Parts: sequence; structure tokens; C-alpha cells
Amino acid sequence: MVCVLLFAAAAGAESIKVGFNIPLTGDIPKVGEESKFAAEMLKEDINAAGGLEIGGKKYPLEFIYEDNESKAESAVSAALKLIERDDVLAIVGPNSSKQAVPAGQVCDDNQTPMISPWSTNPDTTKDRPWVFRAAFLDPFQGPVAVDFAMEQFGAKKAAVLYALDNDYSKGLAEIFRDDFNAKNGAGAVVGFESYSSKDQDFSAQLTTILAAKPDFIFLPNNYNEVALIIKQAHDLGWKNPFMGADAWGNSELMALCGDDCKGQYFSTHYAAAGATGETKVFIDRYKEKYGYEPADVAALTWDATNLVLKAIQNTGGLSGKVRADRKAVRDAMAAIPEFPGITGNMKFDAEGDPIKCAVVVKINEQGEFVFTKSVCP
Amino acid sequence: MLASIIQNLFNAFQWGSFYSLIALGYTLVYGVLRLINFAHGDIFMVGAYIAFFIATAILGMAASLPGWMVLAMVIPLTMILTAVVGVSLERIAYRPLRRKGAHRLYVVITALMCGLVLENGNLALLGASRKSFPELVDKVVYTVGDLSMTNLKIGVVFSAILVFIFLHFIVTKTKIGMAMRAISYDKFAVPLMGIPIDTVIVFTFILGSSFAGLAGLLFALSYPILDPYMGAMIGWKAFIAAVVGGIGDIRGAFLGGFLLGFVEILVVAVFPSTYRDLIAFAILMTILCIKPTGMFGVAGTTKI
Repeated sequence: MVCVLLFAAAAGAESIKVGFNIPLTGDIPKVGEESKFAAEMLKEDINAAGGLEIGGKKYPLEFIYEDNESKAESAVSAALKLIERDDVLAIVGPNSSKQAVPAGQVCDDNQTPMISPWSTNPDTTKDRPWVFRAAFLDPFQGPVAVDFAMEQFGAKKAAVLYALDNDYSKGLAEIFRDDFNAKNGAGAVVGFESYSSKDQDFSAQLTTILAAKPDFIFLPNNYNEVALIIKQAHDLGWKNPFMGADAWGNSELMALCGDDCKGQYFSTHYAAAGATGETKVFIDRYKEKYGYEPADVAALTWDATNLVLKAIQNTGGLSGKVRADRKAVRDAMAAIPEFPGITGNMKFDAEGDPIKCAVVVKINEQGEFVFTKSVCP
Repeated sequence: MLASIIQNLFNAFQWGSFYSLIALGYTLVYGVLRLINFAHGDIFMVGAYIAFFIATAILGMAASLPGWMVLAMVIPLTMILTAVVGVSLERIAYRPLRRKGAHRLYVVITALMCGLVLENGNLALLGASRKSFPELVDKVVYTVGDLSMTNLKIGVVFSAILVFIFLHFIVTKTKIGMAMRAISYDKFAVPLMGIPIDTVIVFTFILGSSFAGLAGLLFALSYPILDPYMGAMIGWKAFIAAVVGGIGDIRGAFLGGFLLGFVEILVVAVFPSTYRDLIAFAILMTILCIKPTGMFGVAGTTKI
């Protein structure tokens, strides 16, 4: 660290500031922690090598982490703080769509490039030329879940329980419902129940769902709620499977959910168990450094941050004027045709959304997320 | 259809038990001190965390112990330690204000702040990560037809009823209960009769907080994910339940808690869950409009 500082001072170079708008407290603190750890790892790598080389000159990296408390309104103020107070060149995050949709508007209005590692709701990037993402979209993930459930469980009837005040959960639930009904006939989704984020008791909703006798329950929810819902469903006598989405993929899920989650499936961005190549290198390093296996959000933050850094390099040189440099970075980001990330290859469409594959993983008896199937667009 | 109605009644009994247990604490303190102890929901949260640490410590030292034996040790320890927290709050925050003769309004504001201090203190000390409560009770699911019930749910409902009977007995049949009612009636005349007012107030806080601790433990067993803000919303709602029942009256708190549990569960069962709080609280407001002192309240007189 000291030698990095000395080097920076000796070179007289200004640092490259990148902001992180992530949930370090609130409902999903583990998501913020993993994002931060992945970014720290990347920063140490690059600073140890003397900094990021742009147009023949090396700049040290400076990452600023702003806590958005897993709240939409705090994500907006965190974005403003990073843009106005810290003069960052670009923002990575927010992760959850609930925060990424409003924060995306702020970044777009203030002409600051933003990339969300984990948000899958289409509204995050829609009609926002300054906003990008590293994750696939819910209109892709929803049908993946529908097809998998029909194939794996032979499902004809489904039920959905979702969080009404969470853009991610609500959006994905609606996409799932429409697609399942389209493939199995109207009325195939026999239960479509909601709750709000602070709820702890889901017994009334689950009773309604169970009375409709679906073949499985789709839960597009955050990991902390998933653990409660599955336990309560089992208490009510539910024995059929659940199917989840990428917000399940967190190292804390098994700690909170335990045996109840074993044997369930969810769609996600990558499977840590059985990974190869660059992905395996990343997972092993992360595990050694921080003591647990990184979830998809850590890998996606790694990819998203790398994309930003690549775009900064592609500008060919910075002017030192924040507004002009932000514009250059945005243009360079939009111009990246294809990017080989550790969560798969990404091609970007006109909206700034990557076209990439999804995987379905199974939670095995040891509580590991095991690769089951890969689905590409 | 009938099966899901009955199932929802079971669900409502369990959910209402937590409101009842917490509402009892509000009502006791209000009955004696005329103070709405807004920190009570957070004492419930502290109780859940204390139960978590005791349970993991015991399991860490003697992993082979059966769950019921651990539970038998966790229950009294949690209640004692939560009572210590409640009494400390009374000592640190409320008693100095009472000695200075501060207006009730300032004590209520102090209580609100104490709650925030507990929440954020927890966040600062333990971090934002959720805690998962260990499964002490081997959960058994009893299924009859389409109905399901766990041994845990039955235990929770019975605990709430037992606590109610116990508190009702203390307040109406014992000497210290009589002193509590006397203070509620006239706290300036009572010391003249040789009743140690501070002791009675501390006893009230011990009762209220220890049962909040029990509620925290039972809640953690039923919903085994703990976070620093878990007590805020449920505390507010239990307060409303106590008001609807007629705050200051033990029967009122008990029935008010169950009433709120029933209304919430039944609203979700019939309407989209979006309307839960809207309809539930509209119903409660209607009750208060018809009878502003709550179900068991009597206007103007003092009660506990």
C-alpha cells in the first residue's frame, strides 16, 4: 500500500476514481460485502502493478464505497454524492433492481456512466444511454425458469409468491406468470400472491397458494426472505419443490435456510461448484482471501468493474475534466463489442444490456450450488 | 375452502400470540407509569438476540445436549437478561426524568430515542449480517387432511395464554399487583402509605421486559432470521393492538393482540396482501372511533 502511494506521488499522476453504490447494511448486506471484496481484490491487483495504464500513462485506482442501505431513496442520494462530491468517473452498482432503477435515472440525468453488476430488471437500462449492466435480463431469466420447471418437475400448475415493493421481484414474477400461462394455457398459474419487504409471516399467502395445489412454487425473492418462506411452507405441509432466481445465489442462503433449501433449484449467472478457467482462479483467490465462496454478485462486480476499467483504457487518454472524461468513458463503454468475463462472454445490444447465458443450479445435500443446466439465448 | 379458513385461523393464532405478548409489556408499563414505552419493540429484538447468543453458546459448549434441555436453559436466562436490559433503560433514561418531574411527553420522546439507540447499537456492534437462530425444537408437522400444525406453533399459542393468566393473577391477586394498581391511581399519595414506588416500578419493568424477552425467543424459534430492525414494526403494531384493547388493561392487550393477528391474516387471505395494513388499520380505527378508550377501556378512571 505504502509503495503504491509513493509511486503515485512520484509519478505525480492523478488517481482514477470509481464509485460503488452498494448495500453494505439493510436487507441484503452480504451482497454489498461481496461486491466490495471483489472490487478490493481487483484494485489491489492493478495498483500493485503500478496502476491502470491509459494512453501510455499509469494512474492509481481509487474506489469509493457508498452504502445505499438496500433502499431506493438512499441509492439515489448515494449516486448523487458520488457524482457531485467525489467527482467519480463512473459508478458501479447498485446491485438490486429496487435501487438500480432509481439510481440509473440519477446517473443518466447527470451524465455519469453507470454499470449495474446484478440488476436484471429491464427498466434499469431502458432508454438510458448512460446506464449499462453486466447481468442478463429478467425477460430472459423468466422463460428459462418456466422451461426448466416444465421439463424437470413436469409442472402444469405453478404458484408465485413475490415482494410487491421490490422492482426485481415484482418484474420477474409478472414475466414468469405471463410466460407460464402462455405455455400451459390461461390459468396455469394458480396462485399469484405478494407480500411487502419487511414481512416475516407468510402463512396466510402460503395457505392460499397451497389450497390451489400447484406443482411447484416460484420464488423470485431475496435470500433472506426465501429462507423464511421455505421453512413456513414446510410447516404448512408443503412437500413439492421450489424454484428460485438469481437473488438466491448468496453465500448466506444456506446459513439462514439450512436443510429446508436442500434439493431446490434456481437460475443464476454462474455456478461456483465445478467452475473452470478464469472463473475458478477468481473463486479460489476470493475463497483464500475472505474465507468463503463468492456468489454471483462478486463475480459480476469483478466483470462490471473490469468493463469500466477497459472502457477507461479505451478512451486513449484522460483530459482531467470530469464531464468530458465521463462522456469519453460512456462512449468507450458503448463501443465495446464483446467482453470475455468470468461470468461468461457478453455482447452488448443497443440498450447496454449484455447477451449472455444463464445457468440453473441445484442445491445439493452438502449445501453447494451445483451446475445442472446452461441456457443460452 | 373450509380447510384453508381453519388453517388461516391457526396461522392467525400464532401471529396474534406475538402481538399479544408484546402488547402485554406496553400495557403494564403504561398502566403503572402512564408512559408509552416505545422502546419495548426493541427490547423484544434485544431479547431475540440474547436468546440467540445464549443458545449458540450452550450448543457450542455442549453440542450433544438435546434441544429441549437447551431450551429449558435458554428460556430463564433470556428472560433474566432481557429484564436487566429493560431495568437498565428505566434506570438510565426514565428514572432521572421522573425525578426531575419532566412532562410525560419528554419521557415518551426519550423512549423513542432509546429504541433507536438499541437498534443502531446492535447494527454497529454486530454488523448488518443476519443471524440464523439454531433449531432447538425438533419440529414436528401434524397433518390432518389439508390442515397442518407444528408443535412449535401450539407451544407459542399456549405460552401466550399462560403469560396472560400469570400476569392477570399478579396484577389482580397479589400485594405487589395491588401496589401497581395503586400507583396507577395516584402516584403522589402512594409513597405516603409506605409503598416503595421505585421498587414497584422496577418490578413492572422486570415483568414487561422479561416477557418481551420470551416473545423474542419464541419469535426467533418460529421465524429464525434475526436482524436489528425486526422489533420496530412489530413493536408499533403491538402498541396499536394494546390501544385497541384499551391500553392499561391486561385483558385488552391480550385480546387486542389476537384481534390484530386475526385481522391481518384474514385480510391477506381474502384480499391482495397490498391491502393488509390499509384494511387492518382501517378496521382498528373504526373500533377506536366507536369506542375511543379501546375494547376494555373505561374513560377517565385509572386501570391496569
